Amino acid sequence: MASRIDVSIEHRGPEPEERKHPNTCPGCHSHYRDDELEPTLRVCPQCGHHFPVHARERVNQLADRGTFEEADAELRSADPLAFFDLRAYTERLAEAEVATGLGDAMITGPAMVERRPCELAVMDFGFMGGSMGSAVGEKFARACERAAERRAPLVGVTASGGARMQEGILSLMQLPKTVAAVDGLREAPSAFISVMAHPTTAGVLASFASLGDVIVAEPGALLAFTGPRVVQQTTREKLPEDFGLAESNQRFGHVDAIVDRRELRPFIGRLLTLFTPR
Amino acid sequence: MTMATEEGTQGAVEQLRLRERLAKLRELPLLRGVGVSGEMARLQRQIDRIGAEPSADEVWRAVELARHQDRPYTLDYVERMFDDFVELHGDRSLGDDAAVVSGLGRFAGRTVGLIGHQKGRDIRERTHRNFGMTYPEGYRKAMRTMEVADRHGFPVFTLVDTPGAYPGVVAEQHGQGGWIARSQLAMLRLRVPSVACIIGEGGSGGAVAIAVADCVLMQENSIYSVISPEGCAAILWRDAGEAKKAAAAFKPDAAHCLELGVVDGIVPEPPGGAHADHDEAARLLAASLEEALAAVERLDSEERRRARHRKFRRMGLFLE
Repeated sequence: MASRIDVSIEHRGPEPEERKHPNTCPGCHSHYRDDELEPTLRVCPQCGHHFPVHARERVNQLADRGTFEEADAELRSADPLAFFDLRAYTERLAEAEVATGLGDAMITGPAMVERRPCELAVMDFGFMGGSMGSAVGEKFARACERAAERRAPLVGVTASGGARMQEGILSLMQLPKTVAAVDGLREAPSAFISVMAHPTTAGVLASFASLGDVIVAEPGALLAFTGPRVVQQTTREKLPEDFGLAESNQRFGHVDAIVDRRELRPFIGRLLTLFTPR
Repeated sequence: MTMATEEGTQGAVEQLRLRERLAKLRELPLLRGVGVSGEMARLQRQIDRIGAEPSADEVWRAVELARHQDRPYTLDYVERMFDDFVELHGDRSLGDDAAVVSGLGRFAGRTVGLIGHQKGRDIRERTHRNFGMTYPEGYRKAMRTMEVADRHGFPVFTLVDTPGAYPGVVAEQHGQGGWIARSQLAMLRLRVPSVACIIGEGGSGGAVAIAVADCVLMQENSIYSVISPEGCAAILWRDAGEAKKAAAAFKPDAAHCLELGVVDGIVPEPPGGAHADHDEAARLLAASLEEALAAVERLDSEERRRARHRKFRRMGLFLE
């Protein structure tokens, strides 16, 4: 009975926008095969648009070959609220795991980048919008603890819609939890290099991502606590054309550097060297 | 007929679930060292009440009461709980955010730093207070009082009552996300004891920014949530009108937050809710703050900081 009612609700509201193929460039409309984009690190060779990168591919782009050892791979989200919106949370989780091959929206583990040891914590927007629930928070906290223990820098790559609604208040608690984890890094001290990819928003921007010793953004990435659509709807303000983009954030002093993905690995390498005492 | 049977079964299942939860609650180290008066009995009463009513309605009642237009706001409590209070204005950088009140006051014979969200009661004041929705300037102002209190050894109280941080263009340009993060970090690093209480709406990042305290309390009819019920409904149900359903699903009420280990205690309200009797609401809040403060003050400052870290480090439930 209840499920029939729910199904009818699903069809309310505006029709979803026409879906473009994920490999069609929104900048210049060039279209690519998947194997064409891999060697360019998913940057459009025509116009430089940065396509989204899945977590494993990102690790391969950044880590020296064969040096990444995934940690806490068995860690999974629980369903503390037995959450059910139009579908069960557990069902969404299972589907995301099948689609991405990941246990949750972040993978973590020690690696070498440009022959420098570090800890990687990389998010995947493909896993439920890169949302942060208890599993992401716990993985990040453990990554910080491992990094602090061996005084190695932590490199975070974020891509997230924010806290995961399906875990309710416990997701919100991942904000102070990850902030506390960064505080642990600071006490060690271990450097924290925060790389913000598109999009880094809401709860992730309002917690660990903004606390990097160095904050690096990818070109054109949306970095906003509240996204443009919600700002427009709530305030009826006229939005600047570059609202919330990495470039705007840099102008207002929130980002240290905007680095093209093709330059990201050597750039992180330089930072890791600079953060090595001698 | 089928419906009735189904509902009956569901009701029984719900009762069973609640009894299990109650049993679990009894085992939990609920108020680790925090002897908020008669807490267990009140909790029991609250759980009984939830058991007695349909849970969705109960949750929605809390949402409505948390937003009640006559509910006492931070300054209503300050006036009643403090012998003296000097408000500290401005972030020493850019502005003075009226959605946050901060200052130093005399509480139970000693000086404390106080930070709280402030809403307005009439249209004019509501606009002035921006409906309790903070700009980054507000968090910087809060951090300034934290810093002064920390340096002088004054405990910090925070009163949380916001629909959320302000979602505007200028707020973004001023670094809304970053300042929410830094405000949390500032609270985590305090050497002085801190007690936070959700006194109305604990709306998402804007709330947690000033709620990273040694002891976090919630008033009986307050809510604490990752997103507003309307926002959640708009995204997951694609219809903001389904807010009640969303609230029932993500359970922002005090009893559930206590059960999940997110808050340390529930502060009772006068019969009918805090709006019905501001004086009594303030008396009950002051008593709880005083008890909570006494409890967290037992630790020395380094132990307390470590305990605060551990407490937030533990937040969350996952499988392994």
